[in-house]
Amino acid sequence: MQIITGRVWKYGDDINTDVIFPGKYTYTVTDPGEMAKIAFEDLDPNFAKQVRPGDIIVAGKNFGCGSSREQAAFCFKYAQVGAVVARSFSRLYFRNCINAGLPALTLPQSPDIFQSGETISVDLQKGIIRCTAGEYSFPPLPEAVLGIFLEGGLIPYTRKALGFSNTQSAEEKAGE
Amino acid sequence: MGQTFAEKVLGRLAGKRVTPGEIVQISPDYAMSHDNTAAIVKTWRQIGVKRVKHADRHVVILDHCVPAANEKFAQNHKEIREFVKEQGIRHFYDISRGICHQVLSEEGFALPGKLIVGSDSHTTTYGAFGAFSTGIGRSEMAAIMATGQIWLRTPETIKIEAKGKAPVGISAKDIILHIIGAIGADGALYKSVWFCGEAIDAMTIDSRMVLTNMAVEMGAKNGYMEPDDKTLAYLEGRARAEFEPVRSDPDAEIEQHLQYDISDLPPQIACPHAVDNVCSVEKVAGKKIDQVFFGSCTNARLEDFAIVAKVLDGKKIHPSTRLIVIPASSQVLEQALQSGYIDILVRAGATLVNSGCGPCMGNHEGVLAPQEVTLSTSNRNFKGRFGCKDAEIYLCSPLTAAVSALTGEITDFRSFTL
Ligand code: SF4
Repeated sequence: MQIITGRVWKYGDDINTDVIFPGKYTYTVTDPGEMAKIAFEDLDPNFAKQVRPGDIIVAGKNFGCGSSREQAAFCFKYAQVGAVVARSFSRLYFRNCINAGLPALTLPQSPDIFQSGETISVDLQKGIIRCTAGEYSFPPLPEAVLGIFLEGGLIPYTRKALGFSNTQSAEEKAGE
Repeated sequence: MGQTFAEKVLGRLAGKRVTPGEIVQISPDYAMSHDNTAAIVKTWRQIGVKRVKHADRHVVILDHCVPAANEKFAQNHKEIREFVKEQGIRHFYDISRGICHQVLSEEGFALPGKLIVGSDSHTTTYGAFGAFSTGIGRSEMAAIMATGQIWLRTPETIKIEAKGKAPVGISAKDIILHIIGAIGADGALYKSVWFCGEAIDAMTIDSRMVLTNMAVEMGAKNGYMEPDDKTLAYLEGRARAEFEPVRSDPDAEIEQHLQYDISDLPPQIACPHAVDNVCSVEKVAGKKIDQVFFGSCTNARLEDFAIVAKVLDGKKIHPSTRLIVIPASSQVLEQALQSGYIDILVRAGATLVNSGCGPCMGNHEGVLAPQEVTLSTSNRNFKGRFGCKDAEIYLCSPLTAAVSALTGEITDFRSFTL
């Protein structure tokens, strides 16, 4: 597992899936590049324009509450967000992050210890976040779901479990 | 130590005794998906299997944008119709049948003791029948199509007891808004919420569904009531399969026991832009409204129509207000027609739309313009939910909605002579 380094995008409590990925797009916008451009459209229009690979979203409690729409997790993955750190996550959003292979880290001190725009790093293996305010540790993912995350998400994980090889999947995709 | 409802249902499928926090890999009894089935199928095809593992456990319903609003939605529906045919999925309901959660209930899939998952957050609704039901993501549904299985964490249980007798006109919607306002949008995060108490016992099935529907708005994994005679009467002649009611043991571990006395509860409303931003209607009375939406899987059932029709009978809605009416299902529509409710509503100036989700998630049939204000009987008032981030959405009961449609402003029904 790698170390993720990126700039902080800081938000508050109860950020819901409608402001992350508006409902009106859920059946009409499906291209990964286009999905990345919609991320946070109704909350922070600058986000999609300025986000850089590895950037980290930090927020307060109940991040991703609301709908089951997993585009709200995938749009960040497609925008190459490195991780989402929150005081707590809605359960559907947490699941969707695991299934998308996007690190969703629970940290009780979030977001107060972070400053917007500062560069922080996340060591997934050691479970440590380093920021200007210091070093903080977060609980590791439950073992039962860690495998899904390590495989890059639920779909590659399921392929592997069923005996399909995942390199083959990449080729198949390339051929599409 | 006894076991909770959640431990029993998940334990039955895991084939062992489970405790809160334990993650189990299990096979749901039913799996529901709606217009998002097309996207799920695309993901499922990436997995590589050719046949859906348990075709008979999947229920597919077209409701989120029906009839199709444009070519993209039409294409989406077409792909779903082709898929259910190809895979022999019998439990398929096309555009005329109604909102997924209402249809699953009417069609007898929502049964005591069953585990039902759905790629929709309001799948919690079926807990009104004593099922363990919860929302999942699209990839997870695709994985279920491939393997028949899903991982679930066994939740802790919170018991929410509604005490007392509701004042006249105070409905399940007022009660659940009040509870969500008190407990907060994350007050029951990851938990199994057990609704009980004399106010719940007194409720109709239609009303109980309002509570379980909105359990997810307090973060719950599932919400449920223990089945009683009313549940069994509803299921009579409707149940699709054998079932066995599951109840918590008296000595099971309940993490929290919350009590709410509703004897003096005034009408409640959730103000923009959060479901837990709740106050009494009185506090925001007088606010001008452009539209009233009477619909959604929360509050568009027959008993809601009876209430709204009673208010609108022989009257006209306010000239500066629109009233969009969407019955929760074709069955509700039929019964509302037979009862004369639809006549009353249409004569009062309502715009009647086919059963489905309509504007509830911003797709069509009544989306808002910037600065417009809507009063809605649905379950979410997040920014942009009705298709426009600069519009305001207030959530309330059908009675409050109906009275306000007449006055053109948010109105406390207690100050209004019917
Ligand atoms: S009516 Fe609204 S809340 Fe209910 S399923 Fe449809 S979009 Fe979701």
